[in-house]
Amino acid sequence: MSTLTALHTLSPKELASDQEIRWCPGCGDYSILAQMKKALAGLDIPREKFVFISGIGCSSRFPYYMNTYGFHTIHGRAPAIATGVKLARPDLSVWVITGDGDGLSIGGNHLIHAIRRNMDLKIILFNNEIYGLTKGQYSPTSRIGTRTKSSPLGSIDTPLRPISLALGADATFVARTIDIDIHHLTETLKRAAAHKGTAFVEVYQNCKIFNDGVFEYATDKSVKADHVLPLQHGRPLVFGKDQNKGIRLHGLNPEVVDLGNGIAKDDLLVHDEKADEPSLAYLLSRMVHPEFPECIGVFRAVERPTYEHVLNHQMEETIASRGAGKLEDLFASDETWIVE
Amino acid sequence: MTVANLSTPRSHSPIPVEEVTEATIRLAGDSGDGMQLAGTQFMQTSAMLGNDISTLPDFPAEIRAPAGTLAGVSGFQIHFSSTEIHTPGDQLNTLVAMNPAALKSNLKDLEPGGILIVNADAFAAGDLHKAGYSVNPLQDDSLKGYRLFAVSITKLNREAVSELKLSTREADRCKNFFALGLVYWLYERSLEPTLKWIQSKFAKNPSVREANARALKAGYNYGDTTEAMPVHYRVSKAAIAPGRYRKITGNEALAIGLVAASKQANLPLVYSTYPITPASDILHQLAELKRYGVRTLQAEDEIAAIGAAIGASFAGALGVTGTSGPGICLKSEAIGLAVMTELPLVIVDVQRGGPSTGLPTKTEQADLLQAMFGRNGECPACILAPCSPSDCFHIAFEAVRLAVGFMTPVFVLSDGYLANGAEPWPIPDPAKLPQIPVRFAQAHVGGNGTSNGNGETVFHPYERDARLVRPWAVPGTPGLEHRIGGLEKEDVTGNVSYDPANHEHMIRTRAQKIANIANDIPELSVVGPAEGDVLVLGWGGTYGSIVTACQRAQRKGLKVAHAHLRYLNPMPRNTGEVLKRYRKVLIPELNGGQLRMLIRATHLIDAIGLNKIQGKPFLVGEIEAKIAEVLKY
Ligand SMILES: Cc1ncc(C[n+]2csc(CCOP(=O)(O)OP(=O)(O)O)c2C)c(N)n1
Ligand code: SF4
Ligand SMILES: [Mg+2]
Repeated sequence: MSTLTALHTLSPKELASDQEIRWCPGCGDYSILAQMKKALAGLDIPREKFVFISGIGCSSRFPYYMNTYGFHTIHGRAPAIATGVKLARPDLSVWVITGDGDGLSIGGNHLIHAIRRNMDLKIILFNNEIYGLTKGQYSPTSRIGTRTKSSPLGSIDTPLRPISLALGADATFVARTIDIDIHHLTETLKRAAAHKGTAFVEVYQNCKIFNDGVFEYATDKSVKADHVLPLQHGRPLVFGKDQNKGIRLHGLNPEVVDLGNGIAKDDLLVHDEKADEPSLAYLLSRMVHPEFPECIGVFRAVERPTYEHVLNHQMEETIASRGAGKLEDLFASDETWIVE
Repeated sequence: MTVANLSTPRSHSPIPVEEVTEATIRLAGDSGDGMQLAGTQFMQTSAMLGNDISTLPDFPAEIRAPAGTLAGVSGFQIHFSSTEIHTPGDQLNTLVAMNPAALKSNLKDLEPGGILIVNADAFAAGDLHKAGYSVNPLQDDSLKGYRLFAVSITKLNREAVSELKLSTREADRCKNFFALGLVYWLYERSLEPTLKWIQSKFAKNPSVREANARALKAGYNYGDTTEAMPVHYRVSKAAIAPGRYRKITGNEALAIGLVAASKQANLPLVYSTYPITPASDILHQLAELKRYGVRTLQAEDEIAAIGAAIGASFAGALGVTGTSGPGICLKSEAIGLAVMTELPLVIVDVQRGGPSTGLPTKTEQADLLQAMFGRNGECPACILAPCSPSDCFHIAFEAVRLAVGFMTPVFVLSDGYLANGAEPWPIPDPAKLPQIPVRFAQAHVGGNGTSNGNGETVFHPYERDARLVRPWAVPGTPGLEHRIGGLEKEDVTGNVSYDPANHEHMIRTRAQKIANIANDIPELSVVGPAEGDVLVLGWGGTYGSIVTACQRAQRKGLKVAHAHLRYLNPMPRNTGEVLKRYRKVLIPELNGGQLRMLIRATHLIDAIGLNKIQGKPFLVGEIEAKIAEVLKY
């Protein structure tokens, strides 16, 4: 079987498990699953090297549907468990699947710390701005005023912005994409896979049952070009159906401007995903519909040594300088004496 | 290795030496006074002199409570003997009190007529006030029941180091060594090991090195030349089995045991934890051992810590997490996940006084029922408990063997007393350690699995062996791709299943698997008469006090036996049979009666409890008295 997996290129079908998929018809998760299989199939990594680790939620059922190693863990803790997998086996391609409740509410702490350590993990957060599995309570990303069973008069807490949070935790790779923008989704997943270090990807995901249409402004073909700004490294921030609008810096704040009438592309902000300081990326993460177009694509992609790399380096160095540990030395690692 | 046979120094003074079989001393002072350090030196030296030793450090939870107050008192007790001993001693023969607060909080433990050394310079009005004394106890006759030696320790120490031109503060830092030197004289200890330790510890700081050495010698000479004390003592070597020894604390033994087990299992050790007293030292030990292939993770909290340990085990390493009671609370849900996914995992709980934050630096045995039952659903795990500091080595090794052998979480219930207490440890020969067999599922497991839609064989992660143990199939192995998780598993395939009959079957199977461990552990052995009036049944860190109390009872000809449970779930297979051979069963525990509840529930035996919940170990006398009482029933 090793020959079967190692020598030929995987097909998406070979990445499908034999389990019946139980998401609601029309759920955005289906599309993410399909694009994931497509993205991984093209990676030249043998199937047995993939590990999918999730928490709890509709989104977190994901590993059951992948014919890879998988671990459906407990609510919010997937980044911690993935950290352990990576510590033990740095050679594996480890993916964390989480939701907005799983990753930002109960598991917010683990998410922050996994990101700041820069473990080589791919963290995909399915953001449907709702608790799907528990039947529709508002979540930490729900917009103020969201009416749900647990917020009948509208939610009153300020939503977290996943990208801002990841940047705040000094993420080395941060991206956003959309469940049904399948080409963009596949490419974003591929770029995440190629990144060495924690790659954090927020996916706008439609919950057909409890929050249908929250991202319609970003997915409806008739309007999305005016509401979504695809980031491209080194390019000015231009958007709109006619590519006639852009983002300009006014003091420390972004503003939407119409091109022409003395405003040229040269006046616009130019996207630099490799900037050392994440300040501009953060600014982009704060742009929210309807005042601004929302950015998709790679906000930040910088290099920093991974936690496991530095750890292994420390181990190698002490072994090089002091020799590999032997039990007899360890046992006698304090003053010893002989009784005759 | 250093000293083979230390000679005790030859004294030139005419002061007589009295031979005693054993002695218990306590050095007490402010937590900034360096009492733990001085006590550790006394212990080390005594062990090297060939005494059997047992120690009890006692320190406040605050790092530096206001100086001179009762809250800031720190003490270190050492029991050293020319015969075999198991406890740090019930009563003090000698107490050193560096200030009034130390005197006030420790005096009650000093035997009548015991030696009391106090730093007379620390008894000014302000010091007395901080300790709540309205009258100077050195000046009224409240101490007349003791042999009081009021020594100007601060002043004499300053004089001893005066040539070194240290600041007063720096000079005063050495006064613990002055006091130590005096006690070394009092008990005829060699200065050599401590002088050597000072040399290496302060190698980079010559003036501090010299000051500490001078202080130590000055304290010693003070005793030797001033004739302030009319007598001093000799405690000869104990008849200890020949061999090479070191002193070991429970936390050291645990760390070393885990590393030894990981080597013998040929698995990399991943120790993942969040700092908490009294477990943090295990992390400190292991963090130093990277060259032994040990990876440590200081996680963001206890939940992450156990999560990473579970992840490491899933990926084929030896995942271990360590904490104290409050951390176990946080880990509960993840322990359930490890039970459900049947992954090997060692969970170290260095118990401390609870509930809640409780008594962080004090000992207790109150997490037994938490380890047994503290999870949702029926969620059995294996539970072990070491019975002495050095037994932490064996129990850590056993925990790893059972965790990988039975694919299960295993608790190690240590406690604050074992963790910080020390005893001499005969260093084992690594070549004689058993191997720990680990069998990972191989890429082509014949017959395991059904076919999937792609014509490939699907691996069955829950196909069990005769002991009900499932295979350990590690990511990266071709052909064994599979999914596990916390949802109920279908028998054999491991697929998610909500089938009622399957659920009950799996619940019973998980329980039976843990029960099967009883076939793989030693029987419960009894020390003392094989049947009789009283069986004293203990578990964990109370071993030393119980064994000593039982020996005394047996010497009086009483029909009292002792059995100690190191395996608490499952218990040894003959446990019930042993219990029924005695008229009464007495269970001493540092809790309200947790083992007693289990024994009563499983064996329908009306066991009697001796329960102490004061953050302190049992005194031997307390257990002796209870045995005498039970014999009258
Ligand atoms: C400890 C714990 N608390 C609560 C739950 C209940 N619970 C399951 S999923 C979930 C929220 C999931 O929301 P999200 O992560 O957004 O996932 P989605 O279903 O929307 O994909 C909650 C509260 C649980 N499983 N475990
Ligand atoms: S509840 Fe929403 S998120 Fe969950 S499966 Fe259904 S559509 Fe998808
Ligand atoms: Mg959600």
